[in-house]
This record gives sequence, C-alpha cells and structure tokens, in this order.
Amino acid sequence: MTTPENEGRKDTPDTMVGTVPGDGPVLPDAKRNPSIATRERRDTAYTPSGETPYLVVQDLTVQFPTADGLVSAVNGLSYAVPLGRTLAIVGESGSGKSVSSMAVMGLHDRKRTKISGSIQLGGDEIVGMPENELMKVRGDAVAMVFQDPQSSLHPLYTVGNQISEAYRVHHKVSKDVAKKRALEMLDLVGIPNPIRRFKQYPHEFSGGMRQRAMIAMGLVNDPKLVIADEPTTALDVTVQAQILDLLNNLQKEFGSAIVLITHDLGVVAEMADDVLVMYAGRCVEYGTAEDVLARPRMPYTWGLLESIPTVSAASEKLRPIKGLPPSLLSLPGGCSFNPRCPYTDRVKGERCTTDLPELLPVDGAGAHTSRCHLHDKASIYEAEVAPRLG
Amino acid sequence: MLYFVARRLVSALSVVLVTLIATFALFFIAPTDPAGAICGDRNCTQERYNEIKQNLHLDKPKVQQFAEYTAGIFVGRDFETSGVVQHCSAPCLGFSFKNDRPVTQMLADRLPVTVSLVAGYAVIVLTIGVYVGSMAAKRRGTFGDRALMTSTLVVSSVPYYIVALMIALYLTILYPILPRGGWTPPSESVGKWFLGLLTPWLVLGIYSCTSYARYSRGSMVETLSEDFIRTARAKGLSDRVVTYKHALRSGLIPVITIFGLDVAGSLAGAIFTERIFDLPGLGVLVLDSLNNYDLPVIMGTVLVASVILVVMNFLVDIAYSIIDPRVRLA
Repeated sequence: MTTPENEGRKDTPDTMVGTVPGDGPVLPDAKRNPSIATRERRDTAYTPSGETPYLVVQDLTVQFPTADGLVSAVNGLSYAVPLGRTLAIVGESGSGKSVSSMAVMGLHDRKRTKISGSIQLGGDEIVGMPENELMKVRGDAVAMVFQDPQSSLHPLYTVGNQISEAYRVHHKVSKDVAKKRALEMLDLVGIPNPIRRFKQYPHEFSGGMRQRAMIAMGLVNDPKLVIADEPTTALDVTVQAQILDLLNNLQKEFGSAIVLITHDLGVVAEMADDVLVMYAGRCVEYGTAEDVLARPRMPYTWGLLESIPTVSAASEKLRPIKGLPPSLLSLPGGCSFNPRCPYTDRVKGERCTTDLPELLPVDGAGAHTSRCHLHDKASIYEAEVAPRLG
Repeated sequence: MLYFVARRLVSALSVVLVTLIATFALFFIAPTDPAGAICGDRNCTQERYNEIKQNLHLDKPKVQQFAEYTAGIFVGRDFETSGVVQHCSAPCLGFSFKNDRPVTQMLADRLPVTVSLVAGYAVIVLTIGVYVGSMAAKRRGTFGDRALMTSTLVVSSVPYYIVALMIALYLTILYPILPRGGWTPPSESVGKWFLGLLTPWLVLGIYSCTSYARYSRGSMVETLSEDFIRTARAKGLSDRVVTYKHALRSGLIPVITIFGLDVAGSLAGAIFTERIFDLPGLGVLVLDSLNNYDLPVIMGTVLVASVILVVMNFLVDIAYSIIDPRVRLA
C-alpha cells in the first residue's frame, strides 16, 4: 500500500521516532503483533509534531451506498494524534470531518457503510473490529463530546443517571460508587452544587452547563482519546471560551489525546497543536497549528482564513469562499477545489481539472503537507493573501 | 409532581360533571319520550303511561329530576313500580323497568367481562405490538421490515368484524383449533375463564397489533435517529440497552396516547368482539338496551363510558409525567 502520502514521508526519518521497537507506548502491541509493527514503522510514526501517536488513521475511506450512487464521504484520509496533543480537523459542512470521527468510534451502521483503510487506537485496529469488542472501546478508551448537548443528552433521564450509566458500562461497580464518581466528575467540570445537579434533568440545565455535563460524561472513564465534535458551536460566545478552557485543562490533567472537529479557526488557534484541513472528503492541508495558520499553503485554507472577520480589517467586506462544496456523488475532476479556486490560472495547462494533486510536503521534506498544484504557494501567500488577512 | 396530579384530577372531575349534565340533557330534556319508550307502542293505556311517568319522576321539574339523579349516584334513591318500592343503592345510575333491576347492578354484571377482555388485549398490543414495531424500526429498510409493514397494512385494511367472524367460523367452529369464546367468571374457574377469552384476546389483540406495530415503528424510527441515541451508543452500551432502554422510553410516548384512548374505547364497548365471541360485556348490553329502548341503561352506560374515558386520559397524563419529566412543568 503506497499512497502518495506515504511516498512523501520516506525522506522524513526524523518523524519516525517512537515507533522503533523499544521506544514509546505503542511498543507492547507492536511486539505482540509484528505485522502492526512493520506497518507502523513504515507509515504511522508521522505526526506533524513528531511524537508517538495514540490514534493512527491510515488511508481511511468511508462510503455510503445510496439510491443515487456511492457517496464517498471520506477519501484516503490519514492522520495521527499522540497523547496529550490536540488535532483540529477543519472544514465546511459535508467535508467529512464528522463522518471520519464517527468511524473512529465505530459508530457507523455497518450495513449502510463501506469503510476501508485502518484506524488504530493504541495499536488496536478499529476497522473491522467485531461489535462486541467495539462496545468495550467506545466510551472507555475513546469518548465523544457532541455538538449540541440539548439533543445529545437523553431528555428523560437525569444528568446524574446518564453519567453514572456511562461509568457502569465499563466498570462493574455498585450504583453508589458510580454516583460518587459522577458527582466527582460534575465537580471537576465546574458544575456548582453537584449533589443537586445530579438529580436534575437536562432541560433544567443551561446550555453551557449541559455541555459541561456532556464533557463529564465523556471523561468519566478517563478516556485516552476524546473526540469533540464542534463542542462549542451550539453555545453562547461567552460560554464557548469557558468550555474550551475546560477541555484544555482537563487535557492537561488527564493527558488524553483530543480530536477537535470544528469550522471555527478561532477555536483552532486556541486549542490545536496540529491542524488538518478537509475538503470534499480529502485532507488538503496538514501540519502543526503554527504551520497551517501562519504559513498556509493551500488556496482553500487561505479562503478559510480570509473569511474570518477581523477588527483591523473592519473597513473591508468579508471575503467568503465563492461557490458551494461539491456534491460527494459527483466530485469535479482533478482537484476537488478547482471550481472555487481563484488561482487555477497560475497552474500550467489543465492540471487543476485533470490531475488530483497529491498531498506533498510544502517545502519538499517537512511534516507540513498540502494538496495543491501551485508551484509558488509560499510567494503567492506572502504577496497576496497575507496582506489581506490584516 | 403532586401539584401536577392534583391539577389533572380537578380538570378530570369537571369533565365528568359536564358529561353528567350533557348525558342527562340528552336523554331526559331533549325531545325524547322515555315513558313512551318504556310503555311500548301497543297496549299502552294513558293510565299506564302516566304511571310510568310518575315512577320515573318525569312529571317533576327538570332541575329536580337532575338533582334526584345526581343525588342517586352518591346516596342512592327509591323507585316505585306498580306499588312496589325498589331501593336503588348508591351509586345509583337509574332503574331499568324493563329488566326490573337497578342499572348499576346490570353494569356491574357486565363490567368484569369487558375488563377481562380489554386487559388481555392491552397486554398483547403493548408487548407483541410494540416489540414487533421496535424490531422493524431497528431493521428499517430491510426485507423483513418491508414484508412486515406490508402485511400489517393488508390485515388492518380488512374490516375487523370480517376477520373476527372468519376466525370464529373457521378456527373455532369448522376446524376447532382454537377454543370457542364464552364467559365463565374467574371466581368459578380460572381455567375456563382463560380458555373462553383466549380466542377473543388473540383475535382482537393480533388484529390491533398491526396498528400498534406501525405506530411504534414510526415512533421508534424517529427516536432511533435522535442525537441522544448516538450518545448512548458512544458510551459503549449494547444495542439491546440502547433500543429497549434509551429509545423505547421516548418512543413509547406517542404510543401511550393512542393506547389510552383505545383502551377507553374498548372498555366502553368492544361490541363486535363481544357479539361474535359470545361475551356478555358492556358492548352487548348497550346493543340490547338500544334494541329495547331501555333508556336508563343506555344513559348509565354512556355515563360510565365517559367516566372511563376521563379516567384513562388521567392515567395517560400521569404515565406521561412519569416517563417524561418535562411534562410536569406544563
């Protein structure tokens, strides 16, 4: 299996630290299962920050057969997240960010979904794992915090009941022990008066408190990986910052890996160590937050950055990305972004509409990769895009 | 919660009162002639007619009649027929001169039959109907789901009395696979009581299961796509717990509304079932009374039926508030 991504990595041996046997937490599994070890050595040691990954996604493809044809929601996606780090997956609606994370939880309906590629969680392969084993992973090693706590909490059970239930699924303990644990978590996520709140229903909570409760529920089993699917989108702006702080602090305390799905680049700047930009089911740019936000090398990322309103650029109108994301049923030929890209005329010939660009290191060798045919991305960004960002 | 129950209770009682007035008005104030009805068309002398009128207190002012009727419900009252005074003890719903018995007693005889029938029916629709619907919802779009839903539609589009008659004829008489319907009080023999009700339970229950399966399927399909179901799965709960604990609890809410009204309606008279399977229940009583113009009995049944409806609605409200905490605020 040699994908364009892997080719790009062959000449970056420095990023493989941590997967060599005898070095790093992936090791025990690697020893037990030599095939995983070789695979990891070749492919997966790669994170933009160069650490040993806990979650490794390799060439993930998620497709939904529909009456109108096969929808490829995620196409050849690869990324890795080490413990204690946060990867932000950024993109518009329908870019595949939620779908790919649902796959990490094994939450897709098997009968309706075709998943290929590999998702390894601490060395265990999630793709193709039987349902009864997946159940043991879900909510335990990996937990999810959903977008809208109003609809994601069960309206008919008390918040306390839902949190202790999450604990008791993975721990054979009495109700009292689980309740104690739930109260502890409510306190930890900053919900005042946990004893009273434990007995209340979600509709008696405010939006921010609800999301705190949701986070308490997600973290009750001390997961190694937390997937936060737009955790602040449904919240008040003033509460958003509190929730992000909470996630940040909890990460420091528990040392878990976080995959943060968002379309808000402000959230990315505050939270992320690494950033992966998705467009139409594909990764179009991947690198450290520093690289992607300060030195973006893909016109789609530029568009995202340009569409953020800034106070200093108040005189100018917002610059939205023109057009709409393509239908996943009929992706445009070549680069999926070409119909909306203002720079296609700078590429010689028709490559933008005929060849799918590979995900290649932007400076020929580094960990920062992007998927674009443009040759002089750096100079275009510095000369044309950066000044507009103010 | 207590406040909620009290409020619902008050509104339920006022509905009963309104029903009482309305029923009374319908039968005794409207241009009907109860005495004439009792007297019959033939051989009714003016003397006899006047006597009946007097016995029924129809010669008194309407308000007094109503007061007497209402008082009878709470403390009982006396009736005089042909010089004999009959006491009708509380709750007195009137006196049937045709049968020479207080209406309350006649209803009390019939009620256990109908309640037995409806209780078994309720068990069948709530277990089999809801279970089948939930299973179909879980497997929606599969061949099994579509086959099941199509067949329920076919069954429920055949009128119930045809299905019931056919089964009674073919399966209990011509090919007696199922026991024939009939009534034995459970105090006499539980076994006979059960066997006599088995066929009507199955026929009424399974026929209605087709509707209940569709209601609960629709409700469950909607619930299973809710975000909180995804959350439950993300916790690592098994499919069974997710479906039958998390989804069913909220999926049941619309089914309970229909169930409450349905049971109230059946209690007031599962006329076809009782007639076809030879069960002397309330429905048959109403039918007979209508044939005989036995107005006090009809009025008593209407009143009881409406009280049952109000009580069932009250119980449904209470059930709601137990299932859904948000209802208690409303």
